[in-house]
Amino acid sequence: MDYFLQQLINGVTLGSIYGLIAIGYTMVYGIIGMINFAHGDIFMVGSFISLILIVALGITAATPVLLLILALALVLVVAMALTAVWGWTVERVAYRPLRGSFRLAPLITAIGASIALQNFVQVSQGAKNKPLQPLISGDFQLTDGGADGSGFIVNLSYMQILIVVTTVVLMAGFTYIINKTSLGRSQRACEQDRKMAALLGVNVDRTISLTFVMGASLAAVAGLMFLLYYGVVDFYIGFLAGVKAFTAAVLGGIGSLPGAMLGGLLIGLIETFWSGYFSVEYKDVAAFSILAIVLIFMPEGLLGQPEVEKV
Amino acid sequence: MSTWDNNPVLKVEHLTMRFGGLTAVGDLSFNVGRGDITALIGPNGAGKTTVFNCITGFYKPTEGRLVMNRSSGDKHLLERMADFKITADAKVARTFQNIRLFGGMTILENLMVAQHNPLMVASNWTIGGLLGLGGYKKSNVEAIETAKYWLERTDLIDRADVPAADLCYGDQRRLEIARAMCTGPELLCLDEPAAGLNPKESLELNTLLQFIRKEHGTSVLLIEHDMSVVMEISDHVVVLDYGVKISDGTPEFVKNDPHVIAAYLGVEDDEVEQVEEEVGIV
Repeated sequence: MDYFLQQLINGVTLGSIYGLIAIGYTMVYGIIGMINFAHGDIFMVGSFISLILIVALGITAATPVLLLILALALVLVVAMALTAVWGWTVERVAYRPLRGSFRLAPLITAIGASIALQNFVQVSQGAKNKPLQPLISGDFQLTDGGADGSGFIVNLSYMQILIVVTTVVLMAGFTYIINKTSLGRSQRACEQDRKMAALLGVNVDRTISLTFVMGASLAAVAGLMFLLYYGVVDFYIGFLAGVKAFTAAVLGGIGSLPGAMLGGLLIGLIETFWSGYFSVEYKDVAAFSILAIVLIFMPEGLLGQPEVEKV
Repeated sequence: MSTWDNNPVLKVEHLTMRFGGLTAVGDLSFNVGRGDITALIGPNGAGKTTVFNCITGFYKPTEGRLVMNRSSGDKHLLERMADFKITADAKVARTFQNIRLFGGMTILENLMVAQHNPLMVASNWTIGGLLGLGGYKKSNVEAIETAKYWLERTDLIDRADVPAADLCYGDQRRLEIARAMCTGPELLCLDEPAAGLNPKESLELNTLLQFIRKEHGTSVLLIEHDMSVVMEISDHVVVLDYGVKISDGTPEFVKNDPHVIAAYLGVEDDEVEQVEEEVGIV
């Protein structure tokens, strides 16, 4: 039971990171019906930007707690803004010129943009792993390991709490934006009928750009969390994280915002539990198998809407 | 002189639209008078919807100019504008023959999307709105009031929170008009607003259009096949056939124009020869 609890905590933490990235996939798919394969690399760029900012600000584990929190909040905001610029640029350069083109064209440029981002970071930052010493240490011990000390000690680290809380707050915020604000309304309108939205005076190109900006800034948050949690980044982390998050988006029902969160959480949990109870080597196989099984029985994903014929 | 020549809200000048070898609209010129209800009629395939598509930016005309004269005195050349600016800046709104509502959104949300631009400005592109700054709250309330106003006019107020797709056909038609009016247009283009309506609904539509024209001074340009609607409410009728204008004038004038009778309205069998003679088809 204790072991289970520990895996649950780890799984939720990992799932939060996947969920944050998955939102970017699902929002872009919802509005323009394409898979932004460069999104995983936007996450990687966000991670690197965070690392650079942390080093530039001289944040270390020795920084006083209050200052540390303020500095990390600053890193978060600046990294979100800078990564958003990257996301906006990718859309502007690689996707918008092809909007009237055939469906596969932006898919090809998406793969191109992904390779370009990876290589840019590889060349500019070097191919080696970039380590970061743990900034936030300490944890709660939820069990004491029994009277004789031989039991399993369940740890809930501050870092894990930070990740989950940040994720929940941001997801709530973005759900609010999508459901309640004028921007969100126009995004949903563009999702249903882009041409009609334009006829009501909605600047469709700008709305799509803002969708990429929102997705990229959430990916930056995931990037910072990943960096703080694992303490190491390299130019290639975007690939696997991207594939996993994409899987999460499909599992939850691509195009659906709560679906992406749920999918992320599930993929995180499946991976951790599989690693915990069976074998670490086959954790990806497990995640993808579940995806395949779910798609056979629920082709729209868990929370997806059946495809509506677009005119 | 008629309003449409004296004070046109829209001037269509030598509009030509070709699709490959097909000329859908050829050298068409007509004016839409400010505050008038103008009907664009003609047989199926005459190019009426193509004209609408040119006006609202769906198509870039092959030749010709479309001059929108705002009441503020600004002139806009519609054929050069991006589609969303035609609504946002030139204040032209339209509805569709096959209804295009945002089916998954509620009725109120449909009307709020139409007021997107002022809301975005008021909320400093969302950021101010999220932080509770500026006049966002006030303009949000105003936008809801505007939406409510049109929902009352179109008799949909009871169902404001129902998804638009759940409405019945006649209600969807009225909602489309309400949504178009929420953009605050000076010219409202309606593509067959009475199609598929029963006589009672058709009558309500007439009242609504009269109201829009009288109370809001919005000029209306409509495509319509129902001649009873056309003759009753329009001030000015333009008739197209094969993309060419064959008649243009008051309903009374058009109704008696032999060209229109031959191409579109038709006559009793025993009058056919007489009309053919008048038009010169023998």
